[in-house]
Amino acid sequence: MTTHDSDLVRDADETNDRRPGTPRRGTGFLDGPLTLRTTPSATVGPFLAIGLTWPDGPFAVAEGTPGAVWLRGRVLDGNGDVVPDAMVETWQADPDGRFAHPDDPRGAATTEGFRGVGRSDTRHGEYAICTLKPGPVPDGEGGWQAPHVDVSVFARGLLDRVVTRVYFADEAQANAADPVLTGLSTEQRATLVAQPTEDGYRLDVHLQGDSETVFFAV
Amino acid sequence: MSGSPSSFVLPRYPPEDADQRTPVAFPGYRSTGLRAPLRTPVDLPHRLTEITGPVLGEDRVAPGDADLTLRAGGEAQGQRIVVFGRVLDSGGRPVPHALLEIWQANAAGRYRHVVDNWPAPLDPHFDGLGRVVTDSLGRYEFTTVKPGAYPWGNHHNAWRPAHIHFSLFGTAFTQRLVTQMYFPGDPLFGQDPIFNAIPPAARDRAIATFDLSRTQPDWALAYAWDVVLRGTDQTPFETDEDGDVA
Ligand SMILES: [Fe+2]
Repeated sequence: MTTHDSDLVRDADETNDRRPGTPRRGTGFLDGPLTLRTTPSATVGPFLAIGLTWPDGPFAVAEGTPGAVWLRGRVLDGNGDVVPDAMVETWQADPDGRFAHPDDPRGAATTEGFRGVGRSDTRHGEYAICTLKPGPVPDGEGGWQAPHVDVSVFARGLLDRVVTRVYFADEAQANAADPVLTGLSTEQRATLVAQPTEDGYRLDVHLQGDSETVFFAV
Repeated sequence: MSGSPSSFVLPRYPPEDADQRTPVAFPGYRSTGLRAPLRTPVDLPHRLTEITGPVLGEDRVAPGDADLTLRAGGEAQGQRIVVFGRVLDSGGRPVPHALLEIWQANAAGRYRHVVDNWPAPLDPHFDGLGRVVTDSLGRYEFTTVKPGAYPWGNHHNAWRPAHIHFSLFGTAFTQRLVTQMYFPGDPLFGQDPIFNAIPPAARDRAIATFDLSRTQPDWALAYAWDVVLRGTDQTPFETDEDGDVA
């Protein structure tokens, strides 16, 4: 086993063989656990298309899949102008409210062919993600969250991502009981609710302005 | 929906302290003026959607993606370097099998992008894109050329210090990170608002370390850079075999 060259890094056996009560170099174990400071974020800049383009990026599910919908919208700046160099990423449950992820206490599971993640830049004036509408997701406290999509927006001029959620206007009953939406004013809620369209749903992201989207600290 | 949902305890990803995090807006970086949200973000408790995230790995990487000097049909011009390190969470745990997406300017400071038109040469053998996946110990490594500095229009005679863009998903939505890696001792740090937007206490963590021991004789220089993503809550008090607080 070689020792890593950076003193930020613990040796592999140290990381994997940590027993309760064993003091570790530098942990200050009486004061709390070892923590490393996180790497600070930076803007994606104007050239994100070089590194972050996937041919299948917009397709959380293949087009033509039964139930597939297009989630679209513009990203607008404080002047109301379209932001053409942003990237929108989505993460969501499948129609049964499941995630293909090991930390889901119900077990990892998802609809065949569904990826959960979508990525679209806005070079054509709006983002567009082909996906399945998510189902309700347990809130962990015995209740339900309304169907929702977690969204990260990246752009030149944003030094960190900004995070929001998309809800669906045709889920009025679920939305009325959602633990996140119920904490918001009517006006705030409206910034998160996508409206049905011919082929799916639409929601603009307002980075600033009178109808600034509700962004979340995660 | 079927049946009634159960209660469960999920991992929590405590936020990094504000004085250690890059703010979304920074006055010296002009483009933030009309883009960075002005209202205070609303706290979003971590539930299932936040503690899960896309599981991306080898399926996102093609052969050759870890060597940017050879990706584009020939040998790229410039100073060949190896960039390596580990992806960890803030508890010191390696993040294995995690995707890193990287992009950068060529050795002359020019991106192969339609909106980059400053008069520095393009390199036909450098497209500036790389992808790697961490190994079982969270280690990554790629080969590239050292990117050049480039001018931009933020203020008079503004230059970006040399940097490589990094994008990581980690294993949870809460861990998503897009950032830039800088090179040690860059004389352009002082005038760069994107670098200076990072709080002073966190700036060192954005700068790689030159590592002579990992240079490859007659081949490449080497820079080490570890990426630390947010980790989960750890038990605040630990107990020994007798159950006493250690
Ligand atoms: Fe850049």
